[in-house]
Amino acid sequence: MSFPLLTATAVLPAAGAVLTAAVPAGRRTAAKWLALLVSLGTLVLAAVVTVRFEPGGARYQLTESHAWIADFGVRYELGVDGIGVALIALTALLIPFIVAAGWNDADEPAATATRRWRPTQGFFALILMVEAMVILSFEATDVFLFYLLFEAMLIPMYFLIGGFGDRAHAGSDEHAAAQRSYAAVKFLLYNLIGGLIMLAAVVGLYAVAGNFSLPGIVEARASGDLTMATSTERLLFLGFFFAFAVKAPLWPLHTWLPNAMGEATAPVAVLITAVVDKVGTFAMLRFCLQLFPEASRWATPVIVVLALVSIVYGALLAVGQRDIKRLVAYASISHFGFIVLGIFAMTSQGQSGATLYMVNHGISTAVLMLVAGFLISRRGSRLIADYGGVQKVAPVLAGTFLIGSLATLSLPGLAPFVSEFLVLVGTFARYPAAGIVATTGIVLAALYTLVLYQRTMTGPVKEDVRAVKDLRPRELLVVAPLIALLFFLGVFPKPLTEIVDPAVRHTMSDVKQQDPRPEVEAAK
Amino acid sequence: MSAWSGSALSAPGVHSLWTESAPGGTADAAAHGAASGAAHEAAHAVARMTLAAARPVERIPTPKIEYAQLAPVLIVLGAAVIAVLLEAFVPRRFRHYAQLFLTVVALAAAFAAVVGLAAGGHATTRAGIAAMGAVAVDGPALFLQGTILLASLVAVFTFAERRLDPADHGHRVDSFAAEAAAVPGSEQEKAAVRAGFTTTEVFPLALFAVAGMLVFPAANDLLTLFIALEVFSLPLYLLCAVARRKRLMSQEAAVKYFLLGAFSSAFLLFGIALLYGYAGSVSYGRIADVVDGSAAPVDPALASTMGNDALLLIGFALVLMGLLFKVGAVPFHMWTPDVYQGAPTPVTGFMAAATKVAAFGALLRLLYVVLPGLRWDWRPVMWGVAIVTMLAGAVVAITQTDIKRLLAYSSIAHAGFILAGVVAATPSGVSSVLFYLAAYSFVTIGAFAVVTLVRDAGGEATHLAKWAGLGRRSPLVAAVFGVFLLAFAGIPLTSGFTGKFAVFKAAAEGGAGVLVVVGVISSAIAAFFYIRVIVLMFFSEPQADGPTVAVPSPLTMTTIGVGVAVTLVLGLAPQYFLDLAGQAGVFVR
Repeated sequence: MSFPLLTATAVLPAAGAVLTAAVPAGRRTAAKWLALLVSLGTLVLAAVVTVRFEPGGARYQLTESHAWIADFGVRYELGVDGIGVALIALTALLIPFIVAAGWNDADEPAATATRRWRPTQGFFALILMVEAMVILSFEATDVFLFYLLFEAMLIPMYFLIGGFGDRAHAGSDEHAAAQRSYAAVKFLLYNLIGGLIMLAAVVGLYAVAGNFSLPGIVEARASGDLTMATSTERLLFLGFFFAFAVKAPLWPLHTWLPNAMGEATAPVAVLITAVVDKVGTFAMLRFCLQLFPEASRWATPVIVVLALVSIVYGALLAVGQRDIKRLVAYASISHFGFIVLGIFAMTSQGQSGATLYMVNHGISTAVLMLVAGFLISRRGSRLIADYGGVQKVAPVLAGTFLIGSLATLSLPGLAPFVSEFLVLVGTFARYPAAGIVATTGIVLAALYTLVLYQRTMTGPVKEDVRAVKDLRPRELLVVAPLIALLFFLGVFPKPLTEIVDPAVRHTMSDVKQQDPRPEVEAAK
Repeated sequence: MSAWSGSALSAPGVHSLWTESAPGGTADAAAHGAASGAAHEAAHAVARMTLAAARPVERIPTPKIEYAQLAPVLIVLGAAVIAVLLEAFVPRRFRHYAQLFLTVVALAAAFAAVVGLAAGGHATTRAGIAAMGAVAVDGPALFLQGTILLASLVAVFTFAERRLDPADHGHRVDSFAAEAAAVPGSEQEKAAVRAGFTTTEVFPLALFAVAGMLVFPAANDLLTLFIALEVFSLPLYLLCAVARRKRLMSQEAAVKYFLLGAFSSAFLLFGIALLYGYAGSVSYGRIADVVDGSAAPVDPALASTMGNDALLLIGFALVLMGLLFKVGAVPFHMWTPDVYQGAPTPVTGFMAAATKVAAFGALLRLLYVVLPGLRWDWRPVMWGVAIVTMLAGAVVAITQTDIKRLLAYSSIAHAGFILAGVVAATPSGVSSVLFYLAAYSFVTIGAFAVVTLVRDAGGEATHLAKWAGLGRRSPLVAAVFGVFLLAFAGIPLTSGFTGKFAVFKAAAEGGAGVLVVVGVISSAIAAFFYIRVIVLMFFSEPQADGPTVAVPSPLTMTTIGVGVAVTLVLGLAPQYFLDLAGQAGVFVR
């Protein structure tokens, strides 16, 4: 039996989480280093997965399959396709930076620390636990296993949001705690309700198919062994899609995200939007499209409209935000609109673009949000109006912030441009009108990012901002590699597209969709 | 060993004397003749003759009892009788230990007997009916008896806990009144406390209750069912009344439980009478035969009522009411919050877990054995009850401010989920219910055991506001309670999720998709209040005068530890137990 590589990528952070949680109260620095080492080790394993994965090979590779709960037709089945590999790589890549960026976020003043209460250990243990569950959910090819992880990851996320708030809060401590707890509960209830509706669909899928193996069900449907009534398929599709749309999040189910990202610390906000939410869009590609191809085609027009609303609405609200973190949250909602649009445009460029978008959005948002977090922790305020002229006192910070902003508006030369361009091209090919509307999202993105930069970084130096120090070496170390990656993938996206494209072709053939021929050619 | 196998072999013989001859005759006749009226008449005539020949009219035969197969019940009952004698003859200061020892040994021995019976094939191939048709020894019965015994065993540990309250006049105290008969606040009570009296009678009472619960899901005729109900109910009424703190509330709870319980017993008895009028027998098998038309009326005195569907429907509805009262299903749930709140918390945990297991077991047997032919008559009613129970339990729980009442309403909502599995009316429905009951009972006992730990000057601090910030003061206790809450909420990787999934799966396969949807909705509602408690424990600032967490003895630690272990094991690797429940899914008839 070969080494269970995929299991190892999840077991390592999970074991690391347990060990980190067990570090004694007085040794919190040890806990931080342990967490960082474990996350780097996971990155190494993820790199091995990426290298061992053959883009031209079988659809699911590095597969593992073990009996688990036979009564429910559930097996412990893992396997990765190109989309999964890309997202595992993204997750494993971002976690060390999240850990490093949140190095001191959970340290409590010595006065409130007690022998048993160990917030620092808990913070890093929870981050690693989320990493383990997210990675395993990208690997699961058993619908039930995926569902378990999809739901279970809510619990550590919930404690990360509710338990470790942003210190830079306008109101009193009590007010901050109340806001945070509200955000955490809202996050949990939205996602739990989405998950429970999915549970009904999972039960329904079992009643129809009798097992949960994704490749098995897809094959049975393709060969005609398993047929579903149209109405059944549509209901099941809606059950799954609802849960993923809450997670992604898609308008009008998005309202938990600004609260959660606003109240959480910046690294946790990155964890939410760059890592955990990707499970939602990933699952649309993997489960909605493959399990329910007909229903997916049936629902496409509505979903495309919802995605467009997300793009425009998210961008408009981002323009109007006064709070830096909420602005990034609304920008993310707009970007998730692009991802969903790319998936449901049902073209191979669209879906490749959407997958690249997931990766690039993760990196660019991480840069923007982490730098914003550094800034906020220096000044102690999240309000845009409290800043001005930062580039004079902290030029490196302002410079990295600018790059993050430019990446968010998809400047050519930076990675997000490639993916956004692909999504738009893919959409134009099938739905030209939708493509046109989506393009306004780019214009609005320029507005909200540049206005944000202008108001905070340029202009006369505000009194309170004078004391702001430039990035520390640790912080620079967090941001610099990510920026390098943005440039690299912006100029040379080939390694990523090579991995992703075959998987997208498989998905397209599952949905029985072909790329529409370009209009120009038809006119000749 | 020879006595064992001998009795087992003779069981089907006795059984056939009473029940199998009549349907056998009919089946023969039906096989030979067509379905014409004449053939039908002939069949009845044959059946009558066979019965007349088989039944000794004058003599009542000596009952034949398969002692080995009844061993679990007999061990517990015997121990209960010995415990009463201990109460009378053992000096007061030794009673606590003697009683605890006897109870634990008896429950463990009874569990060993259950395992022995199951290993001997009585759950599957050798399943049969013992004690002259009164008690079934089959898969569901043995599974439920095993669950009840294990749950009672860990619950009894919390009965014996004496480290939570500070010593009173130099005597260690448990959760029970010094002298239950003393008027609260009277001189007599004070004297009893000074003298260090304890109510060690709770152990024999619990044993009697367990014995009744063991018979309840195995009862194979309506009279045994009724007697078992009374045998376990009466000790429970008493146990509810003997709290050490808040005695008036405890006594009020007991009176309320007793009055409503007596009322529901009356319904049950009335229903039994009507069903006897309908079938001319109280045996499950006979009633089932009459329902599906394979048995003919025998008793001339009942000729006018037998086969009258009005009697069947009304009688069955009344019996159902009695059982739904015991499981705490809406609209027969009114007693649950008051009794759960007023009873001593260890008793609440015991009652919430074991009673529910026993009552659902009896309900399952009644519905599956007696009424398979009447399925479509009772199904809509049960659908309605399940839906209302799930929703009402979850919605009303939101407004609760007392942790014990909250758990009470949560138990109502869970009863609704279990009912969803009951109405599936398939073998997988039975096994899903069995699994759910096993999973649920350990979570419940564990949760109530944690409630006993959180205390302030007035005893247990059950008001939710006092639990604020518990996670900061005692992260471990709060985390354990958090695990139980997540299991109640049915979050994946806990036993609660596995159970819920099993039940929903069975319901969906049984064509009750609506119940799954309602179940999912009420799970979402229920999640809200479980999460609220978690928020309170972990994200709220501790109050200055908040409660302290008592450090328990190894007894309560064992209870809580077993609860957590079962919750996680059934969440992560449930296959073995699902298999067990799956093998136990067939009722003998």
